[in-house]
This record gives sequence, structure tokens and C-alpha cells, in this order.
Amino acid sequence: MTPFSYSRVADDKAAVAAVSGENAKFLGGGTNLVDLMKHEIERPETLVDVSRLPHEEIEKTKDGIRIGAAVTNSALAADPVVREKYPLLSTALLSGATQQLRNRATTGGNFLQRTRCQYFYDTQRACNKREPGSGCDAIGGLNRFHAILGASENCIAVHPSDMAVAMVTLGADIETVLPQGGVRTIPADALHRLPGDTPHIDHQLAQGELITHVVLHKAPEFQMYRKVRDRSSYAFAVVSIGIAFDLLEGHFLKIRIGLGGVAHKPWRAARAEEVLEGKAPSRALFEKAADAELAEAKGQGDNDFKIPLMRRLIVASLMEMTEKQEKAA
Amino acid sequence: MSEHEFKGLIGQPLDRVEGPLKVSGRATYAADWRGDKPHLIGFIVESPVAKGRITSIDTRAAEACEGVKAVVTHENAPKQIPFGERAKGGRFAQSHAMMRTNEVRHLGYPVALVVADTLEQARHAASLVKVEIAAEEGVFDPETHEDEAVKPDELDGSPEVDTETGDFEAEYEKAAHRVEGEFHTPHQHAAAMEPHATVAEWDGDKLTVHMSIQILGDGRKAFANTFDIDPQDVRIVSPYIGGGFGSKLGVHNEAILAAHGAKLTGRPVRIAQHRRNVFSNGPNRPPHRQRLKLGADANGKIVAIDHDVLSIMARDYPFAEAAASPTRGSYATKAMRTKHRVVEGDIPKADSMRAPGEAVGTLTFESMIDELAHSCGVDPVEFRVRNEPEKDPHSGKPFSTRKMRRCLQEGAEKFGWKGPVSRREGDWLIGHGMAAAIRPNLMQKAEAEIELSTDGHVTVRLDMTDIGTGTYTILTQIAAETMGVAPEYVTVKLGDTDFPETCGSGGSFGAGSTGTAVFEAAKALKEDLLKRAAKADSEWKGANSKELRIDGANIALGNRSLPIAQLGDGSGGISAKGAAKPGKEYKTMAQYSYGAQFAEVAVDAVTGEIRLRRLTGVFDAGRILNEKTARSQLMGGMIFGIGAALMEESLMDLRYGAFMNRDLAEYHIAVNRDVPRLDVHMIEGFDENSNPLGSKGIGELGICGAGPAIANAVFAATGHRVRKYPIHMEDLMDALPPIGG
Repeated sequence: MTPFSYSRVADDKAAVAAVSGENAKFLGGGTNLVDLMKHEIERPETLVDVSRLPHEEIEKTKDGIRIGAAVTNSALAADPVVREKYPLLSTALLSGATQQLRNRATTGGNFLQRTRCQYFYDTQRACNKREPGSGCDAIGGLNRFHAILGASENCIAVHPSDMAVAMVTLGADIETVLPQGGVRTIPADALHRLPGDTPHIDHQLAQGELITHVVLHKAPEFQMYRKVRDRSSYAFAVVSIGIAFDLLEGHFLKIRIGLGGVAHKPWRAARAEEVLEGKAPSRALFEKAADAELAEAKGQGDNDFKIPLMRRLIVASLMEMTEKQEKAA
Repeated sequence: MSEHEFKGLIGQPLDRVEGPLKVSGRATYAADWRGDKPHLIGFIVESPVAKGRITSIDTRAAEACEGVKAVVTHENAPKQIPFGERAKGGRFAQSHAMMRTNEVRHLGYPVALVVADTLEQARHAASLVKVEIAAEEGVFDPETHEDEAVKPDELDGSPEVDTETGDFEAEYEKAAHRVEGEFHTPHQHAAAMEPHATVAEWDGDKLTVHMSIQILGDGRKAFANTFDIDPQDVRIVSPYIGGGFGSKLGVHNEAILAAHGAKLTGRPVRIAQHRRNVFSNGPNRPPHRQRLKLGADANGKIVAIDHDVLSIMARDYPFAEAAASPTRGSYATKAMRTKHRVVEGDIPKADSMRAPGEAVGTLTFESMIDELAHSCGVDPVEFRVRNEPEKDPHSGKPFSTRKMRRCLQEGAEKFGWKGPVSRREGDWLIGHGMAAAIRPNLMQKAEAEIELSTDGHVTVRLDMTDIGTGTYTILTQIAAETMGVAPEYVTVKLGDTDFPETCGSGGSFGAGSTGTAVFEAAKALKEDLLKRAAKADSEWKGANSKELRIDGANIALGNRSLPIAQLGDGSGGISAKGAAKPGKEYKTMAQYSYGAQFAEVAVDAVTGEIRLRRLTGVFDAGRILNEKTARSQLMGGMIFGIGAALMEESLMDLRYGAFMNRDLAEYHIAVNRDVPRLDVHMIEGFDENSNPLGSKGIGELGICGAGPAIANAVFAATGHRVRKYPIHMEDLMDALPPIGG
């Protein structure tokens, strides 16, 4: 662990000012960052603790809720409004990590957790994300957990968050404070980026830009989140899926699908959405949507199975949801 | 038998006597120990390559760091005997030299040890050590180097590397039903909750280590053989151990390194391996490729068995796992052939992990037996009953006791076995499977000392360890019942080489061997007390020592009583010693513990995710010494079996010889939610050929057969045989029904 300074700040302004320089980082729950620091994967010289900033409230808005970035994963999952209106989010949160980790992990920090690629974690192996230009040992190595969509020749890592997949599926907006002052709003599906030539950059936040809130809009009527994993708790997703939609006269309206465990970012299945939007549910349609989404999917060897698995999951999940809805109707 | 009445304390579900200490954080594990002198902290710098020679090492930046007291490398490490030498006493006692030369032995091998005032200082300075290594090509995988495979000198737990009875080829050729398969099992790590940890301190040539180790006697020899000192000058203290599972049988890398650090600084040095260290500086279970061929006649009687095993062994560390061991003792057959080969590799020490041999052997063999039963069209339980041997299939010796039939039949009854059921419940494919469990019952040498103080308190001392199994408790029960005193008046002291030497914990032999030593010591003490009583008062002459009891500060027998203070020489308590060793029954008889396990699994029809729904195990482990701790042992073993079937694997990148999933987020063991209600049943018994207590080994029995029962249930659920472990969802992808189908 590299020596670092630690400080707490009074407000957002002080926080962004303190982290605007190189090698400074915000500390939320620390459930990921501190581990990474111990193993010298992250080597910040300055840590600014933002977990005590006044962002621990969940407020009701006109059509949804506004979640403070310091709200813990446990608190968010247990929130009565979240459970009632956004069960997809609550399910996703509860499927992640363990109770102890969720008690510490924050909403803002969850978005910014780093990949679990084993080569990223092993400082003795080549990883472009950890050490730009060093290469990628996951390619041609152990890559069962790796990306099938949007990967590059430089990086095939996946984003590990369940919560972020849920937020993308729900069309959440992320509010930030900028280091130079001012605020901006970023759609959740635009926060993270694909690896391309710069896999060391996970997201589009500027140095020192602080997530303060996450806004959820009108809750879709039908929602689901499903995580596929190797054991029934405390396991990262092999793949996962979030689906949210309304129905208008038996046709999909504003359908959104988020996929986890398949890409460098929580993957918005825009191609599948396009196939489904405005159409009446049918098995053939679901298969067409899954095929459209996975048309360019590419396996790396160990993870080849994720392509048929994801296809099965998309089709089965849509069938289950629409069957449930039909039964209810 | 009257001597062994099934009443009294032995067998009772007594709570762990050290439980309150553990749950209140007062049990001093190795890294908790604090001596008079403040200790320093050591941090290991691991090699990034698996094989090679260090060409240069620059420690200046590390040495310049605040708090750093020393950096140990091969250039300044204390004098040692070469690694692997003095191996006569076995691998645990051989030299475990570290950094003796510039040689790198495996990936993660310590190339430097930074010793500093605090962990943070040591850890940071360690990152500044610059090392250059001339890398050489290493051997990491037995299969690609099969042409270099050799017959090991011996197997772990068995001198017979290969066996052959009858004419396999002829019988297999004639067999009406033939099945064959090639299986793969992975590297595993025991991943004990407490990592390997040591505090070492030198006083001249005398070394004291507080460490987490299962067998102290061999550990003491290992230090002596490494540093070329007298074993009597080594003291090991290990009162509490946070899980061993074989991974702490001997000394591991941090222990030798702590001694190096202490030597160089003149201060006590503590090293607790961090979790990633454990995967390279602790031992692993080696991977196996197993080829099996089984034949049965038209009546469903097994006629031919062939079990061929290939594995890997760390260079200069002779451990070859006897994966075909369960095969040799399970079923009657006309012909049987077993064979083990190993490739020497450049990997961290491959060593025992819970039920070495049987854990991986039953995984494959019992899976293949299931396949043969199906091929014969016979129910798997009936098939096993039908093939029960009358004598040991390999040696031809009689069994000491064997209640396998009862295990199978009672297991079937308790589980509600109706054959390998296969049904669908919504999106779940349900399957039932079962397997037999077998594990050799061993006995080793052990000594114990027992002392009765004048106030009637009994103290037992021996260098046995309690690795979480309940040793303190069962030894308390044995001492209390035998002495005729309530357990509150007994103190058991373990884990110190100053106490009489025992076999330690391992191979499921600890309870029987050391329990017998305590039992014998207590008996001897009572006889001595009676002799003394008869001297003091002739009325005591001819009394039966078995009826003697301790009553406060007196010995008592019937309505007679005498103060203990009058029996001694006035210098304090009265003590006696007892010893245990394997009897001739271990030569003339085949000794095993047995069991049968039944599993219900659910496979997700969409994704192939496998979830265990219930697991029932019925076991024959002779006399149960403590119903509660025995049950916990069996449950723990069964949970290990769940992991072996569905989760546990240390993934090695064979390009580098590097374990990649070196933490407990990535190395999956079964978590609470993966463990359904476990039904554990023990068949009451008493094996008079095993030891005077009538017990048989239990610590590893539960893992045996649990994994294959699950795998066989997966087959029932999906119709698909998977011949690799752990079984993952992708292995079933092609066997799943179409969506909505």
C-alpha cells in the first residue's frame, strides 16, 4: 500500500476541489477501493472521504425519487418506495455482494467499482486497464467471466455491478458536481465507456467530478432483474438482465433492457429494444430481439457459452414477464 | 465390552470447552500472540515468474523506508540445509529452506521479506524491492508433460503405488456391461479462515515459534532440519488453529521466513500471510486426470475395475495423492488394477487437503459406479449393496467393522430414495443421486500426560492440536469419564512441543490416537493412585481402579475416601503418562470408516445453474466421541463436498504457472445459501479393532461421496454426465431443454 493522505470535507465544493488534482480519489464505502489500494492496483496519494457528505437521503420527486450518492446499498434496497416502485433495483442490489458489503457500499461508489478481471487484480500480469500499454493477459488466458460485447483488442474486462445494470434499465440520471463548479446530469447508460484504446478509463467523469445523486423517473409498470451466477450468493454475475416496460394495448411501450456481465459497461440492449418497441409480445419476436442484440457477440474461448446463455436468458425472461402479465390480466 | 459402557460423558454432545474464548475473541491464535519484546512485521515479496534464477535484487529503496528494519533475500538469509534434504522423516520434517539460493521454485515464491515496525510500512517497502530474474520454462500441467511422468516412491497414506489383482483385461473383455471415462479435477486450496501465520523469535540458537500448524512434532523437526539445529532447541506453540484441512499439516513459507527475519533483526517477527499469499505460499490440492474402466456381468456384479491416475507433484516435495485409494476398498470384483503417476512441476507445494485420495477419488469412481449401475439397469443403491465385498477387495484382509450396507439402506430410507428420480418443477429440473463414502481409518503414535492436583483438578497435556474439530472437548470428555470426575475439573492443554509428542491433527487419526493416549494416561494414573492409597491405608488393597473416582480433594471408591494430598510426596500433584500406537489389527485387518450420501439437486432449465436442495448422509465411524462436534465435522465435510462438486477450483494460467483467483470472492466455496438443510445420521457402533475407545476417523468422512452424489443427481436431472469438476452451468448448456419447452 502506497502512503496516502486522508481527509474529510464539509461540502461538495470542498470535495471536488480536494480531488481535482492528479492522484486523488473520493472514498465512499471503500469496499472496492481499499482492497485495490492494499494490492497496489490503485495508488492514490490523496483520499477524500465523501461518505459523510449530506447525500444520505432518498427524496420523492414529482414522478420518481432522487437518491443521495452516499445512500448505502442496504438502505436503498430496503427503501419502501424502491421496493414498491422499482423492485428491479431492489432485486439487483440484493443480488450483489453480501449484507456486510452492502452495509458499507454506497450508491455513487457502486457505479464506480472496478472490474473483477483476475488479470487486473494481479499486478504481476499484463493489464492495459491497470497499466496502459502493458497488454492484456486475459486474451488467450482465463476469460470465462469476460466480455462478449463491445470488447477491444486491448481489454475484454466486464463491469461487475448489478446496481448499475438496474439503473441503466430504469433510465436513471446521474447528477454530478463538476470540479470547476456547476453541475451536470448524465444518463446512467452514458456514464461508462467501452474500452477501445483507453481501457484504463472506465467512465466519462472528469477528475474530481463527484456523483451527488441518482434520479429515477416514473416507474415502469413491468420490471424484472435476474442474475445468473455460479453460487447462490456472494458471486459476481456470469450474466444478468434487467427488463422494464409499460404496455399500451398489448404492445411494448418504452421497453428498456440492460445486460450485465457481457461488456465493459452495463450494456443497454438498444438493438433488442428497437426490435421489441411497439410490438406485441411473442416468442418469435423475443428470439429476433435476442439475435439482433447478440449479432456481433464474440467469445474469447472460456466465455463462449455466454452467447447462447444470454440468448436463452433474454428470451426466457421476456417470456416469463409477458406470461405473468397475461395471467394477471 | 463392560469397560466401554455407552454411558457417561464420552459421546455426549458437550459444548466446545474453548467456545467462550473463541466467540469472545480471547483465544490467542498464532498472529494474536504477544511476547515481552515488541515484534516486527514481515511482508513477503513474491516472484512474478515460476522458475528461474534471481540475477539481481535491489533492496535499497525498501531499506530506506521509514520503519524498515531489514530486508531478507537470498543474499543475506541465514544458513540452511537445501530444501528437500533430510527427507527420511517425511515431507513435513524435511528441510523447508527458503531463499537459500537465488533459485525461484514457483510463482509467488518469496524473493524478499521486508521486516518493519508496522504492516503498512512493510507492505509499502515491499513494493519498492526491484528484482530481476532469468526466467526458465516451467512445468505446470501434468497432461502436457505426461511423457515425463514417473511412478512416485509412495503414495500419501499408502506404500502401494500400483496394484493388480486378477486379470483386468480378460475380465473387462468378457464383461456384459462396460463403462469408461476420463475425468478432470482441479487444483484446490483449503482456504482456511485463519491464514498461515507465525511469530518467530530466536534466543541464541534456540527458536520459539507461535504458529498455526497441525502437527507440532514434525514441524519441530522441519525447523531443525532447515536450520541444522537440535530439535530440542525448537519450541512450537499452537494452541488454537482457525481451520487446517491439511493446509497446515507442516510448516509453510511464512514460518521459515519469520525465523529468517527474527534472526536478522534480533527481534520477534510476525508474518500473517494475506489471502493472496495463501494461494502461492500455502499448499494446494493437485489436479488429477483419472481414467476409469469398469465392467459388470449380466447379473450386475462388478467383475473388472481399472483406475489410472495422473497428477503433479511440486519438485523436491514428495506428495502423491492416492486418488485410487477408495477404489481399492469399495466393491467386490474379479479383477482390479490401480495406477498412479506424477509429473514433477514448478508449482507451489501440492499437499494434503481434506480427505486426500478419497475426496477426488470418490468424485470420479462413485460417478462411474453410478454409470455402471445405469448400464446394468440396476438401482444405484441396490447395485452397491449387491457388490458389497466380504473382505477387502485389494488386500483380501477381513474388515474391522463395515456397516456400508446399513449406511446405504438407512440412507435410502431417510432420504426417501425412490431411484434416481428425475422430474420437472416449473423452470427447475430436479434429480436425485447418491454415492457411497469410504475413508481409511488410521491410528498413529501419541503420548499424553495427566496430572491430578491435590485439590482434585485434572490437567492433561499433549502436543495435539485442535484445528476447530473439537479436540479440546473430546479429550476433556475422555479424561473426565476415565478419571471419574466432572468435566469442569479437567483442563486440557494442547499445542506446545513442551508437552508429550503426538501425531497431531491429520488424516482423521487425531481423535482416536490422542484420545487413546489420554485414556491410557488416565487409566495409569488411577492405578497409580490405588497403589498409593493401598500404601497409605491397607483397606484399599485389591480395589478395582475402574471404580475409582475423584471427589473434591479426595479420591473415592464406594464409601471409602482419602485426601489426594496424602497420596503424593508432598511436592504437589500426581501424574502419569499414557501412550497409543497402532495395534496389530492395523496389519491384519482392513480398516475404514463408511457412509452413504443422497442428494437432490435442481438445475435451472434456462441457465443451467445448479443448486443443491438437500443432502442426506449416513455414516459409520465407530463410536462417536461427541455427538455435537462429530456432527459438525460431518456437516463441514459435506459442505466441502458441495464445493468440490460445484464450486471449488484454483484456476491456473498455464502460460505462467499462476493461480489467478487468489481471493475468496473469486475462489468459490459454498456460502450459507448454497447449503440447504443437511441431514446427518451416525450409526452407533464400537470398533474394538480400531482403538480402546472404539472410535474411527470422522474428520474427512463427510466430504467423501458428497460430491459424486451431487454429480449423479445432476445426471438424473439433465441426462448429462459431466466428467470434470467442479460442474458449471456451461457444462450443461447443451443438455438443457429448449426455452419454453
